[in-house]
Amino acid sequence: MNRLGVRVSVAAVLLAAPAAAQAHLVNSGLGPFYDGALHLLLSPGDLLGLVGAALLAGLRGARAGRLTVIALTMSWLLTGMIGMRLPVNPDLTWLSVLSFLILGVLVAADARLSPVAVASLGAVYGALHGLLNGSALAAMSAAPSALFGIVLAVMVIALLTAAAVVPVRALWARVAVRVAGSWVVAVGMLMLGWLAQGAS
Amino acid sequence: MHMKVAKRLHPGRVFLPTLVLTSVWPLMAWGHVESGQAGGFLSGLSHPVSGLDHVIAMVAVGLWGAQLGMPALWVLPVAFPMMMAFGGMLGLIGIPLPGVEIGIAVSAVVLGALVLGQVRLPLIAAVGVVALFAVFHGHAHGTELETGQNAMLYSLGFVIATGMLHAVGIATGLIHRWDLGRQALRGAGALVMAGGLYFLWGAVA
Repeated sequence: MNRLGVRVSVAAVLLAAPAAAQAHLVNSGLGPFYDGALHLLLSPGDLLGLVGAALLAGLRGARAGRLTVIALTMSWLLTGMIGMRLPVNPDLTWLSVLSFLILGVLVAADARLSPVAVASLGAVYGALHGLLNGSALAAMSAAPSALFGIVLAVMVIALLTAAAVVPVRALWARVAVRVAGSWVVAVGMLMLGWLAQGAS
Repeated sequence: MHMKVAKRLHPGRVFLPTLVLTSVWPLMAWGHVESGQAGGFLSGLSHPVSGLDHVIAMVAVGLWGAQLGMPALWVLPVAFPMMMAFGGMLGLIGIPLPGVEIGIAVSAVVLGALVLGQVRLPLIAAVGVVALFAVFHGHAHGTELETGQNAMLYSLGFVIATGMLHAVGIATGLIHRWDLGRQALRGAGALVMAGGLYFLWGAVA
């Protein structure tokens, strides 16, 4: 194995080494923060649109990627804070599903939108989900750090996804991104059906 | 610079570290698994591969796409999941589709025949054929959520598994570039067609 392979193998072993289980994270005061970050990672409804927005931004280039990550994150944070202060009660699950379905359609179609338009869509998506997250946190009387955990996870996922797509030039790789968009659309359509049936 | 990076990231050099990483990756301990939620994803993931009628048709879509080449190679796998989900949505909101099982069996017969005959339809016609059959598959299979499971995760698993079946078909269809591979591909089309006829017999008998 060459030197690079040895380094990567060592890094992989170190990364994969089991760490001590932190069963009582509350002592560190960061429990709600991690709860928030983990909440996003375990919420496919939020994740699908987030990934969809980041894929769309990545397809449209570096400037769209930068603008979208900033707009999405900031709007998620701002409306999250508003939601924690002034929670909204209506069930907006339909709107949430519709929002990621539309983003999926745009990715699947490789829509030629301007960077500002893509960032605006990201901002709208972030505003909607920030408001929903903030309202849910208010209902649980959760600490504001939970919202910061969510927003940080949003930023990391959007940044990594868009950054992974921006340099993609090979046809097959761009096709793979569009196929991912079609999967988001498919899940959205099935979800609309499930919602009509009363499932969640 | 890019060439240097590309050379360093050669698949052969990345394989061993990846193998080491996956071998030593610790499994997470789930003390209190939300069985309904996790079960929804696994149920959706396993559903498309649990029915041979669905499997052969999905793989045949990939095989035919590989035979047709660009742009059908990517248009078909993009169109199929969306139309399949559309069929699933029709089923979920209560719009009946007559002869669903017959439609699924016929899809395998037709797609198998298209692969066997190396039929080259215009792109719009190819998409139309695949989209039509996708509606039947979605209507029949996309609506079977067990009680208590998460609909979103079920849908996600279902769509991913279907996409993976297309990928298997496309990857297999790459043998089309060789003479012997082309013949083998046509043989695979014949098998799909035979399977479809078997299921058609079961559906109408």
